[in-house]
Amino acid sequence: MDCVETRMSDPIIVAEDVHKWFGNFHVLRGVHLTVSRGEVLVICGPSGSGKSTFIRIINRLEEHQRGRIAVDGIELTNDLRNIEAIRREIGMVFQQFNLFPHLTVFENITLAPIWARKVKRSDAEKQALELLERVGIPEQAQKYPGQLSGGQQQRVAIARALAMQPKIMLFDEPTSALDPEMIKEVLDVMGELAASGMTMIVITHEMGFAREVADRIAFFDEGRIVEAAAPVDFFTAPEHERTKLFLSQILHH
Amino acid sequence: MQNREILPPPMLRIGPLRWLKDNLFSTRYNALLTFLAVVFLYLTLHPTLEWVLWHARWDAIPANLKLFLVGIYPMKDVWRVWVCVYWILLLLGLSGGLWGRLAREAALIVGSGAILLLLLPFSWMERLWILGAVLGLFGGLSIGWLLRERKSWRKDVIILWALSPLIVVLFLGGLPNNPLLSPVGTNQWGGLMLTFMLAIVGIASSFPLGVLLALGRQSSLPVIRWISILYIEVVRGVPLITVIFMTSIMLPLFLPAQVRVDQALRAMVAFALFTSAYIAENVRGGLQAVPRGQIEAAKAVGLSGMLTTFFIVLPQALRVVIPANVGQFISLFKDTALVFVASLLDLFGMAKSILANPDWLGRDREVLLFIAFVYWLFTYFLSRMSRRLEKALGVGER
Repeated sequence: MDCVETRMSDPIIVAEDVHKWFGNFHVLRGVHLTVSRGEVLVICGPSGSGKSTFIRIINRLEEHQRGRIAVDGIELTNDLRNIEAIRREIGMVFQQFNLFPHLTVFENITLAPIWARKVKRSDAEKQALELLERVGIPEQAQKYPGQLSGGQQQRVAIARALAMQPKIMLFDEPTSALDPEMIKEVLDVMGELAASGMTMIVITHEMGFAREVADRIAFFDEGRIVEAAAPVDFFTAPEHERTKLFLSQILHH
Repeated sequence: MQNREILPPPMLRIGPLRWLKDNLFSTRYNALLTFLAVVFLYLTLHPTLEWVLWHARWDAIPANLKLFLVGIYPMKDVWRVWVCVYWILLLLGLSGGLWGRLAREAALIVGSGAILLLLLPFSWMERLWILGAVLGLFGGLSIGWLLRERKSWRKDVIILWALSPLIVVLFLGGLPNNPLLSPVGTNQWGGLMLTFMLAIVGIASSFPLGVLLALGRQSSLPVIRWISILYIEVVRGVPLITVIFMTSIMLPLFLPAQVRVDQALRAMVAFALFTSAYIAENVRGGLQAVPRGQIEAAKAVGLSGMLTTFFIVLPQALRVVIPANVGQFISLFKDTALVFVASLLDLFGMAKSILANPDWLGRDREVLLFIAFVYWLFTYFLSRMSRRLEKALGVGER
């Protein structure tokens, strides 16, 4: 598929002909995608098109059944060591935040570095403070997630993912569960992250964010990438009928 | 709206008459029910109270108090029981001072209970012992309170708690060839002391076993899963009394003659094995209540399966099942009365054997009411603590 060819060199994620079934339902029907180091890719598409399943496959929350995916040169297989190595390289932010409700914000961020990356506690705590500073809520460190607003929780979730010092960040509809006035604070953090050179794959319907921050936008439909292009081309001259229809629906409401 | 003043909520004052009218006489039907309830209470409570206060002969209780508390433990060695009690109360006091409200409330309740005991007509010697216990508890509480800022003490107190079983066994059981701590076999342990030992050992060992079984039941390894399911379903399918019979009477028949397992220990094993199956089912409910997103988030930050279970899944699952588990422990505490089938003389067994004594013939009501009250006292304490625990752990709940 020529449309998913990347303009930049140095690929960090390579997916070739990825298929996935849920029972008899064929969710992914041959996804081809290459993401370069430092690239920001926005994925959009109607619900049920498989975009969420696809990024969950990238860090092995789901398994693909055909095709191959390699992340930073490591092939995704059932080998447990590979899975853990890959998960250390990839941070993920979920639609429902999925913070650990029984731990404070601080503990949410330091838990994985201390236990999975064996960082010294004092170093992990220092890093956690820096990350909270970076996402703009250092004063909330000792609170529990339930005491924070949705926007603050999602920013903690971003800090928690960054604490593992990942090379790639995946965002699965990070602002869909937020009240409108909180969307911006999360998108600002993500924009800052993109500017710092992080490789990002973002599923979102925030087209303003896509236009400003994305290097490339991929449109998913019925388990395939129908079209992928730079934002300018994507919004002004979409090639496929499905893309045009989707854009007209999402931009005019 | 220009008015930006913040208005206080409207005050509600309800006088006693108004309360009566609202709650007891709001409708004719309600008034009738209230009237019937009062008549019923009068008819039942009046003779009960009259009996308790005037006709009951309570002399069997003080006369046999030592038997109720420690059974036929040798009189000259009873000080060793007191040493254990002091040790535990001191630790409870220290914990109450060092930790937050939960441990403090437990310490205060036990302390006030001990002070109330001082008011009862004990002999002076006994009062002195009790006074020592009160002083130990409140002394520990004050020391703990003074040291509460130094977090390192908490670790030390936890170590002391962990040493407690060793100390209790050492002091109560004694050592061979030791004149000061002469050996006292568990067949001489009894009364409330034995009830406590059975319950505490049962609880402390059934809980981890139950958690492991619950995790085993969800394991991805088929052999572990099948063994766990088989164990849980078999144990839940038999009455407790048969398990006690099995371990106390049948087991020795299968073991070689020179292998003798202590009778009290066998009963403890029976309780642990039995209760763990129920705990496992409770915990399984809690495990299933942890949202999938939690596990996915833990995986996504790179935690291994074991770390995820330990740090993310179990803390959330166990919190949900506190009420169910405490219910199970309360029922274990009361079920210890069943050890009479293994001819152990716990609180209930002791009561039975006192009633069999011709001196105390016909005091069944008094004695049974007394031990029922003792059981109630401790189970109520447990359930109150569990409610406090739920509240204390409820911080940050979604």
